[in-house]
Amino acid sequence: MTPSPRRHLRDSVVLGGAVGLFGVTFGVLATTSGLTVPQTCAMSLLVFTGASQFAAVGVVAAGGAAASAVATALLLGARNGAYALTVAHLLPRSVLGRLAGAQLIIDESTAMALAQADERFARQALWATGIAVYVFWNLGTVVGALAGDVIGDPTTIGLDAAFPAGFVTFVMPHVKQRPGLVAALLGGAVAVLAVPFTPAGAPVLLAGVGAVAGMVMVVRSGSVDPPGVSS
Amino acid sequence: MLLLIAAGAYGAKAAGALAGTRVHGQGRLQQLLMLLPPALLTALIAVWTLDGGSRLVLDARAGGVVVGGLAAWFRAPFLVVAAVAAATTALLRLL
Repeated sequence: MTPSPRRHLRDSVVLGGAVGLFGVTFGVLATTSGLTVPQTCAMSLLVFTGASQFAAVGVVAAGGAAASAVATALLLGARNGAYALTVAHLLPRSVLGRLAGAQLIIDESTAMALAQADERFARQALWATGIAVYVFWNLGTVVGALAGDVIGDPTTIGLDAAFPAGFVTFVMPHVKQRPGLVAALLGGAVAVLAVPFTPAGAPVLLAGVGAVAGMVMVVRSGSVDPPGVSS
Repeated sequence: MLLLIAAGAYGAKAAGALAGTRVHGQGRLQQLLMLLPPALLTALIAVWTLDGGSRLVLDARAGGVVVGGLAAWFRAPFLVVAAVAAATTALLRLL
């Protein structure tokens, strides 16, 4: 992307708006899955990392235990730690500034920052995208939560299929490189095999552990290049 | 539950942001963390589609996920994919 004076700021707002629609979906799915409107809104305000929020709500909707909802959400949120390491040099030097900026480090803001050619643009893109996404994600959540509250039983309108299908769009960017693809296939296989033998929630956690362990062995044996940071 | 998730999710971001100045660059930990999303996401997709209460079942959900998955493959946005999958599954249940 060639940096032009305001292009990255405009892109940030457009991206934020798109994520807002996504927030509507989250609001609908969360409230139809049994969360109250205040709980749903609090989640978007405090957690602010889409995949973790969808996953936690999905686990609860599927009848899983609260502990596995928490564990799944936290494992998915761990990637934000990797993003934070990557963009930490763009954050303010003060500890307070870092702690404030940290909440805005998500898929979208990291990707926009990394797409900029120079550091000044990257810093602006990180903040602009983070703030735009935060505002629109939360506005979308409120709208969706209020709408979802009147929709009712999720299975009659097929919402139980909306979760897994929607997640296919989350996986797509991760499987462009081979390590991500291998991890995805391993994860899916481990989970399916574990379903008949383990309590609800456990298959997904086993998949995470299994896939990473498998990748460590593959990388050590030298047959696949170590993964880089995608997107 | 909500507060635990919020604290943990923010903890990951803050830890990275504070540690980042010292270990800037690509560490092994960072590479491994990036493998968690694809593994967990496909695991969630598989479980939500096929889990019938401690056994694997193929029902109306699978039809919706296949159709939605195809839409995702052709780069349809999340909202469209979710709507198409939900509509397909709802239709299959009516049959």
